[in-house]
Amino acid sequence: MWWHRCSFVPLRPVYAEFELSLTAMGAKPSGRDVQGQSVCQRRPGSQGTKMEMPLWLAKGLYERKRRVLSVELPKVYREGWRTVFGADPIVVDLHKMGPYYYGLGSQMLHFDSPENPEIANTILQTFIGRFRRTMDSSQNAYNEDTSALVERLDCLERSLFKAGQSGLNSFQLWEKGRSSHLTASSLVINYRKRKMTDLQA
Amino acid sequence: MFCEKAVELIRELHQMGDGQLPAFNEDGIRQVLEEMKALYEQNQSDVNEAKTEGKSELIPSIKFRHSCLLRNQRCIAAYLYDRLLRIRALRWEYGSVLPTAIRFHMCAEEMEWFNQYKKSLATYMRSLGGEEGLDITQDMKPPKSLYIQVRCLKDHGEFEIDDGTVILLKKNSQHFLPRWKCEQLIRQGVLEHVIS
Repeated sequence: MWWHRCSFVPLRPVYAEFELSLTAMGAKPSGRDVQGQSVCQRRPGSQGTKMEMPLWLAKGLYERKRRVLSVELPKVYREGWRTVFGADPIVVDLHKMGPYYYGLGSQMLHFDSPENPEIANTILQTFIGRFRRTMDSSQNAYNEDTSALVERLDCLERSLFKAGQSGLNSFQLWEKGRSSHLTASSLVINYRKRKMTDLQA
Repeated sequence: MFCEKAVELIRELHQMGDGQLPAFNEDGIRQVLEEMKALYEQNQSDVNEAKTEGKSELIPSIKFRHSCLLRNQRCIAAYLYDRLLRIRALRWEYGSVLPTAIRFHMCAEEMEWFNQYKKSLATYMRSLGGEEGLDITQDMKPPKSLYIQVRCLKDHGEFEIDDGTVILLKKNSQHFLPRWKCEQLIRQGVLEHVIS
């Protein structure tokens, strides 16, 4: 689809556990403030509060020097899971382990965990290990149900798979001599289909 | 929680796959802008207070509101930009004249943008290929012959081709027509390219 690629704004709010710690000066928004609807109350917050927070908020509030916020890594990036990925990355169901494994992993590096080099390396090696399988399956599944092939892929891998399929289909069309066959625009067809369903509704 | 309305806008766009353009959510944008205004004003007053009275414990709240403002801004920018990309694609798929149904989904500024884009594209096309210019929206697929066989999918009325002949495009009638004349109508689903 060359016409749109929405800039990466994670749609599902990505929550992770964060531990709030106080600076020496005092008040920090307490749990209620952050979830609150309107005014941020100025109340001395409690140190060591654990709460869930969207990723964008954690990035905004995070400060390396003052240690306002500390991050608890989601378990898929921790040592235990890293060993699994090291052993055999292909068998893991990356869709279940958080559909944005690569995207979120890259973002987690922002929080200066001491394990960052290992995390980064694991993410990279996992991608390398799985890529070949994704590429091969996308290039060889023609005109068939691919749901079994994509169900264990994360979102990045799924878009790669889709690109592969699109290339395969175009090539097959060309081989059959249909590449000069003029067709109605898919956009036009979809608009018409939607109009019909709107009228019927 | 702040910024939920902004994410809802994005979700609405995301659900309409395949480059479809949903109606412009004027209400949604207005709500997000109001939220941003409220956050900004609260921050302004807090910043003044922190500066004049030295209340540095306000700083975390200020940072929090600032993060929300940035998030809202990013969501709105993504929403508007993605819509523009879809509208741009309409020029290439539908041609210069959009069906009324789609035009209703665009706000005034988007319509203005579309007109400007059409003009830029036309100017560019005129500048190519010597005197007559070059229509780059034609021949999107490699042409194999000058004339093609087409079948009419719906009544489209009279149609004039270059040598002056007028053809009546009635549903299910078949014609042998110059390719460059038919391309637009095939894309719009009026004609169907028949390959024997």
